[in-house]
Amino acid sequence: MALNRRDFLKIMGGAGAAIAFPSVMIQGCKRALERAAERTNIIWLEGQSCSGCSVSLLNKISPDIVSVITEHISLNYQGVVMGGTGEAATRVLEDAVKKQRKDFILIVEGAIPTKNDLYCTIGEDEKTHRGIGVRHWVEELGKNAMAIVSVGTCSAYGGIPAAKNRITGENPTGAVAVSQLFKGKTVLNVPGCPPHPDWMVGTLLHVLLKGIPELDEYNRPKMYYAKTVHEQCERLYYYKRGIFAKEWGDKGCLYNLGCLGMDSGCDIPTRKWNSVNSCTDCGSGCIGCTEKAFPEYGKRGIYQNLMASGDYKEKVVIAGIKRGEV
Amino acid sequence: MASQKVYIDPLTRIEGHLSIEMDVQDGKVVDAKCRGDMYRGYESILQGRNPVDAQQIVMRICGVCPVSHGQASSRCLDDAFGIKPTKNGRILRNLILGSNFLQSHILHFYHLAALDFVDITAILKYKGSDDALLRLKDWVNNEIKVKKGRVDEISTAGPFLPRYEGENFYIKDLDTNIDAIAGYVKALEIREKTHRMVALFGGRAPHPIAMVPGGVTTEITSARVKEFKKYLKEVEKFINETYINHVIAVAKAFPEYFKLGKYDNFLSYGVFDKDEDRKSFMFEQGVITAGKLEKFDSSKIREQIKYARYKSGSNLHPLKGETVADPEKSGAYSWVKAPRYDDKPMEVGVLARTLVAYLSGNKDVKAEVDSLLKVFNAELPAANSVLGRHAARALESKLIAKAIHKWLDDLDSDEKTRNSYVIPESGEGEGLIEAPRGALGHWIVVKDHKIANYQAIVPTTWFCSPRDDKGVRGPVEQALIGTPVSDPKNPIEAARVVRSFDPCLACAIHVVEGDKEIGKFRLI
Repeated sequence: MALNRRDFLKIMGGAGAAIAFPSVMIQGCKRALERAAERTNIIWLEGQSCSGCSVSLLNKISPDIVSVITEHISLNYQGVVMGGTGEAATRVLEDAVKKQRKDFILIVEGAIPTKNDLYCTIGEDEKTHRGIGVRHWVEELGKNAMAIVSVGTCSAYGGIPAAKNRITGENPTGAVAVSQLFKGKTVLNVPGCPPHPDWMVGTLLHVLLKGIPELDEYNRPKMYYAKTVHEQCERLYYYKRGIFAKEWGDKGCLYNLGCLGMDSGCDIPTRKWNSVNSCTDCGSGCIGCTEKAFPEYGKRGIYQNLMASGDYKEKVVIAGIKRGEV
Repeated sequence: MASQKVYIDPLTRIEGHLSIEMDVQDGKVVDAKCRGDMYRGYESILQGRNPVDAQQIVMRICGVCPVSHGQASSRCLDDAFGIKPTKNGRILRNLILGSNFLQSHILHFYHLAALDFVDITAILKYKGSDDALLRLKDWVNNEIKVKKGRVDEISTAGPFLPRYEGENFYIKDLDTNIDAIAGYVKALEIREKTHRMVALFGGRAPHPIAMVPGGVTTEITSARVKEFKKYLKEVEKFINETYINHVIAVAKAFPEYFKLGKYDNFLSYGVFDKDEDRKSFMFEQGVITAGKLEKFDSSKIREQIKYARYKSGSNLHPLKGETVADPEKSGAYSWVKAPRYDDKPMEVGVLARTLVAYLSGNKDVKAEVDSLLKVFNAELPAANSVLGRHAARALESKLIAKAIHKWLDDLDSDEKTRNSYVIPESGEGEGLIEAPRGALGHWIVVKDHKIANYQAIVPTTWFCSPRDDKGVRGPVEQALIGTPVSDPKNPIEAARVVRSFDPCLACAIHVVEGDKEIGKFRLI
């Protein structure tokens, strides 16, 4: 039941009450080969990223990535997989800007540097051969896009590229989240480092078929991020019985080692990574990669309990939750 | 005839942001510049943090080979904390790293490099009955029909089109093309399985979470080993029966690429440790200059920055690096520094590993290389080429898959998977490893239980390096010279040369913050 473009835009305009997204819906999407008109165009740009979100996207199964690309969306530009290179690639972006195309969703992976455009460029000026900042492309394409989706924590909140040097207190490149470039416009966030492929494709299909999903205060779809890792954890049994691991990998709840499962929203303990494992199950604990606070978490950083200097004992406020002394 | 400037910007189907500037004269490249187009400042961001945070943060340098960064970092921390991995820890690290090598090599050949050779539009002439291929055919037909004349016409059959177009750019034979397209689709499924292998012991992929100083956190259970074996069997079959044959098919269609993309000096740090002391490896450590194998000595590494966008001293050992970003620096053209070994630019990566192993007398490598050379009636020098790199990746995949069976047998589920550690007040560490695309080194200085300095020199920094202080070009820049460019607007030949190195640019952008002496280092 793909929507036609007009209905779709209507939904985008007045999102209103979004319905919870039944997971069977993805499975139930009928083949849409005869409906190219309804395969929504996607332009996927990479800013300061590691391409990990792109690689994670390739891990999509049911529907697999080929079905996603040929049946559900039309991937106009994607730097990691696209056939075109050089001018044959940038032509797609230039054409979209020149024609002021509005018929696409802009997806951004990676943070955007603001101190100097040369910190991240795609293509170059024809005359001066100076690199064109990714910020230029995101702004030009984003202003007309029917929706902007940030995939990954760098794009959603700045993530590691926006982290500060703890001695100088400065970030080297002035990296910011994509939403910082579009104040007043909703940017849908699908954070995670990387995001699970289901979160990316599921959110996209929800937008295409049902409109914008219900979002939490960090603009994340509630269907994936509303519950904490802790609530769904495979090790909850130990927590409830007061059995705590003393070292990584040991039996027991990993809280005392600095597991961030109580502070982080995502469904990995039930959804699983790559169908086979999870951060908590493998004994390393949650590093809180879906949160705005990642990787800073106040003064503590990712692995609090290993701060042998004793810094970890101070109270820090993480994502609104006060964590007591350990 | 005056030379003409030819640009490839951006070079897509790699990891990160790279562009190439070339001077072309009489249809051949006479000069080239390799430009890294992105900078994040990882080493600056790491300062003052918990040393153990480093291995999580540095994995985000690269989403294609995070395992290598995570393990270089674990190793670096092992060294700084004065510990070694347990036997299980070492084997689990090899299993995670080996699985990711398979992931990376399969992704590189099929999904990054193949579209430079295979004609994806051949699907329109498909006459067979395979459902997946018929769906692809229907899809392309439908895209052409529906998007004609529409505002988004340029995106027809995206992301596969538009592409460079020209006479003889792509394979002509229909069956070869169809078979390779089927391979492309199948390889998506297979590389997803390799990521399951990474995740079974690594926790997830990309960015596995279970690697820690002293080993790996994941418990060895018979269920995990069994599932791992199941995927391995499937992946190994694909490598031996499909991947290698597709590389041969491409090589037969483009034999001239045995002569293109040559470079002469090679460096490998050695990988897949056979003991906990890092004394012997499945693929040996060594340096090749002028065809001769030498022992590696890490004190011979220097980084130069005359043409890189940094202001500060040059020709320093990375451990004493002093670097501050200078985006507008006059004459500089890249965010990649110019590392040199004994004052020479070095090619690192699968070809370096293969040749170092071959010259070290590695029997398995020699047997595989010799038997493939026979197929082409060629000698060893032919390996030093665009096609040599692709073939070496396929052979290395075969050898790794074979070795993984043995590693699994060597696991002992009754023993610990990692050693304990305490973060010292101060310390130093070095972590050398091979990523799928080559030699990777991390260095750390710990002071007051925190990171005082952290540095990485990654594979792509080696081969995508700009000119050094003496003006000597980097390996890719040199390999491009002499490459034919039949159409300056569609320089596909040059793109093939660069991609054969498997560049990973997010990795390559190097920065060391501050003008500080970062302490003394033990150099091996």
